Amino acid sequence: MPTQTPILKQGDYLIVSLQDAVSDTDLAALWRTLVERVGQQRIRGVVIDVSALDVIDSFACRTLTQVAQALGLRGAEAIIVGIQPDVAFSMVQLGLSVRDVRTMLDPEEAVEYLDRVTRHGPHAGRA
Amino acid sequence: MALMETLADLVAARYGPVADAVRIPVREDADLAVVRHGIGGLAPRLGLSALQRVAITTAALELARNIVVHAGFGELLLGIVDAPSGGRGLLVVARDEGPGIRDLTLAMRDGYSSVGSLGLGLPGARRLMDVFEIESVVGRGTTVVCIKWIG
Repeated sequence: MPTQTPILKQGDYLIVSLQDAVSDTDLAALWRTLVERVGQQRIRGVVIDVSALDVIDSFACRTLTQVAQALGLRGAEAIIVGIQPDVAFSMVQLGLSVRDVRTMLDPEEAVEYLDRVTRHGPHAGRA
Repeated sequence: MALMETLADLVAARYGPVADAVRIPVREDADLAVVRHGIGGLAPRLGLSALQRVAITTAALELARNIVVHAGFGELLLGIVDAPSGGRGLLVVARDEGPGIRDLTLAMRDGYSSVGSLGLGLPGARRLMDVFEIESVVGRGTTVVCIKWIG
């Protein structure tokens, strides 16, 4: 049963809310969609909300960093938001890191950051 | 699989009797969801904190993925261990009849992977769990026994 992952377009950004229990194959299809949409819609930033994930294992972590890299190659900055506290702790114990990928607390923080760095939106011009 | 029952006996002999055992065949990524649900089912019986559940689930998924990637087929056994000292724990046994691990010391080193993955599954599972035992014979298979003690 394929799970629909909500993708919200907000200005030049996409906000992707990963649902819990998304299969590996659904994820692979989702990533392909995202990388294509960056080109089709001139997306500058992709916010990946993982707050619904109650576990992030090494496969999920590697997939997230690879997707962030692929999106970066297409000119969009990927920001991972919403890593839950217990998940963060387990990731550290497992030895995982999402090096080179920006992480933030929530989509709002990520959008504010993207506004600053892309000089768009209501926060343009502020430090 | 009769061998799984023997394995539960071995664990029981060393750590304490195993109850509520659940056997989950592992072959493809769809089976990982079954592993997660299995742990979710046992969690309330042990009164696991969210952190403990996440840690155990993460370790179990790493071991299950190893089976899918390296062995093609295997099993996870989940259960509740009652230690003679009075402690209780959640047991995760991962077993396959895959190629086995040639150099266990190397496999237990962070970052070592024979297939280009992150190489954190085995040493990571050991960090996340309290008891971690691994046995592997090249050409015969691999068995990993983990327990997270609760309280």
